[in-house]
Amino acid sequence: MPIKTVIEALREALFEEMQRDERVVLLGEDIGLHGGVFRATEGLFQAFGEHRVIDTPLAESGIVGVAIGAAINGLRPVAEIQFADYIYSAMDQIVNEAAKLRYRSNGTWGCPLVIRAPWGAGVHGGLYHSQSIEAFFAHVAGLKVVAPVTPYDVKGLLKASIRDEDPVIFLEHKKTYRLIKGEVPEGDYIVPIGKAEVKREGSDLTVIAYGLMLHYSLEAAEKVAKEGIDVEVVDLRTILPLDKKTILASVRKTGKVLIVHEDNKTGGFGGELAGLITEEAFEDLDGPIMRLAVPDVPMMPFNAVLEDFLMLNPEKIVAAIRQLAAY
Amino acid sequence: MISKQGTLTAKQEEGRHVALGLSVKDLLEMYDKMLLARALDERMWLLNRQGKANFVVSGQGHEAAQVGSAYALKRGVDFVLTYYRDHAVALTVGISARDVMLSTLAKANDPSSAGRQFPAHYSFPPLRIVSVSSAVATQIPHASGIALASKLKGEEAVTIVYFGDGATSKGDFHEGLNFAGVHKLPVVFFCENNLYAISVPLSKQMAIQDVAERAKAYGFPGVVVDGNDVLAVYEVTKEALDRARSGGGPTLIDAKTYRFLPHTSEDDDRRYRSREEVEEWKKRDPIERFRRDLLQAGILTEALDQEARKRTAAEAEDAVEFGQKSPDPDPKDALRYVYFEG
Repeated sequence: MPIKTVIEALREALFEEMQRDERVVLLGEDIGLHGGVFRATEGLFQAFGEHRVIDTPLAESGIVGVAIGAAINGLRPVAEIQFADYIYSAMDQIVNEAAKLRYRSNGTWGCPLVIRAPWGAGVHGGLYHSQSIEAFFAHVAGLKVVAPVTPYDVKGLLKASIRDEDPVIFLEHKKTYRLIKGEVPEGDYIVPIGKAEVKREGSDLTVIAYGLMLHYSLEAAEKVAKEGIDVEVVDLRTILPLDKKTILASVRKTGKVLIVHEDNKTGGFGGELAGLITEEAFEDLDGPIMRLAVPDVPMMPFNAVLEDFLMLNPEKIVAAIRQLAAY
Repeated sequence: MISKQGTLTAKQEEGRHVALGLSVKDLLEMYDKMLLARALDERMWLLNRQGKANFVVSGQGHEAAQVGSAYALKRGVDFVLTYYRDHAVALTVGISARDVMLSTLAKANDPSSAGRQFPAHYSFPPLRIVSVSSAVATQIPHASGIALASKLKGEEAVTIVYFGDGATSKGDFHEGLNFAGVHKLPVVFFCENNLYAISVPLSKQMAIQDVAERAKAYGFPGVVVDGNDVLAVYEVTKEALDRARSGGGPTLIDAKTYRFLPHTSEDDDRRYRSREEVEEWKKRDPIERFRRDLLQAGILTEALDQEARKRTAAEAEDAVEFGQKSPDPDPKDALRYVYFEG
């Protein structure tokens, strides 16, 4: 099976979906001739032309608003927000429009729209190229939020998102773009939205993660395995709607949970996971639900020493696992 | 910028509709829609004062701007995005009087939203009336996106989007018009400029005289029109639609009009508008003006006028009765259609 990077898998999904369905159009800044600041759309402008790979004015609310209109009139737009940190200009369009169109029309209009956004820290991106934004959108009924981080999942979930009838926020951890490689089968397949996956089986405790933290957690699990701590790692892949079944099954199996995310702790998605587990699996717990997150400061300072101090890494996850395992 | 001010004599009025390609039947239908919108609007306020309608947003005074523009559309072909004052647009495009009251009373069989939305947020896919929110100006980029899709698909539809003068201060106004200008999209931006955004007067909204001036920045025509002259509004909208349909790109229409009543049933406009000013504008009532013009042109007679008023009043009464008899939604329906249900 061919080995691909995350960015290659992403590009392949876009290419195949555009080839499969002429309603799929891309909108965003620098996505045309330039091929995107991360090269996610490289070659697509040449393959499909300027009418389907549309360089937009530098205006995020307009990008999303125009994409919503295009979806209303039968297209399958994929809008790119160049960095997730800039999505806030489009908040009104996403929260008040895309997410509510179906509900407010009693199901008579829909908004099949994908908004792609590179997110996450660890690349010296400073305050405005590093943010985690998932919790804002996980709060919005009517949206779907996905954050796959293996080449296989990225390709399959992007295809599923493009084919979905509802608006999907598709989060791409920018550090994984070229760092993470993996097997991607030839041909068409999808990974369904709303399905988490146990990426590593274990029996002593469960780590729930997504994004770059999934890879760091897997690394940490290998390290503690040598000490005899057998960790199960659950990759959420989809944040909204949440795969409660997979999460609760793992919690019931191990009895201990560590939630790892690189968003700030307060109001981060870990709180929602902890709430769910407490409500539905309290009797199965053998220890407190732990959350490992970035301290509550704006992310991320540009200086490498400052970023490294705040950012999670496999060592910090190892320490948290040891603490929980000893409980 | 082009200016269309309509002050025509009776004879000219007669010739005017012919030049616009409108028949006597068209004129009487336009008049009917204006009367019906007014009759329904008046009853909404009664229902509100009786405690039967929780909220009313009024279009009284805007009837010429709304009917004149909507009458120029290819109904069922062109996409329409209204804003929350557009009862007469909805009626002209094909929403029934009963449906207006179902929206007013938020009933289960309200086709716009089954009672989920505020009144007057009209939506109906078969007529290509697109659902809008209560957020101001967010529908403007949608119009550009719909028009983009029409252009890519090569369909003849033009999109018209309505908004008030306050909306032109929002970023989405700029982003929507700019995108449409860049791509020369088949879209008409229609501003019902009633000089106030709730209480804030135009002079505090913008440092220019006319909203239409802003079109220059986007590379397409901006047109000022007397929004209380239904035929002048029809004329400029028809021109804009024709231009859009033939590939000529967008137009921004600045229809000057006036809202006779408070912003909504929750507002008291005495805090910000003098009664003298309101009375002065009521003398320019678009319905009375059209009536006078039609009478002078011999198209309408007093007898025909009485008949039209009786007919529209009866239609409005029937709608009120029908609306009140209609059931509320099933409470459990509140959980439906968050996502696609197949």
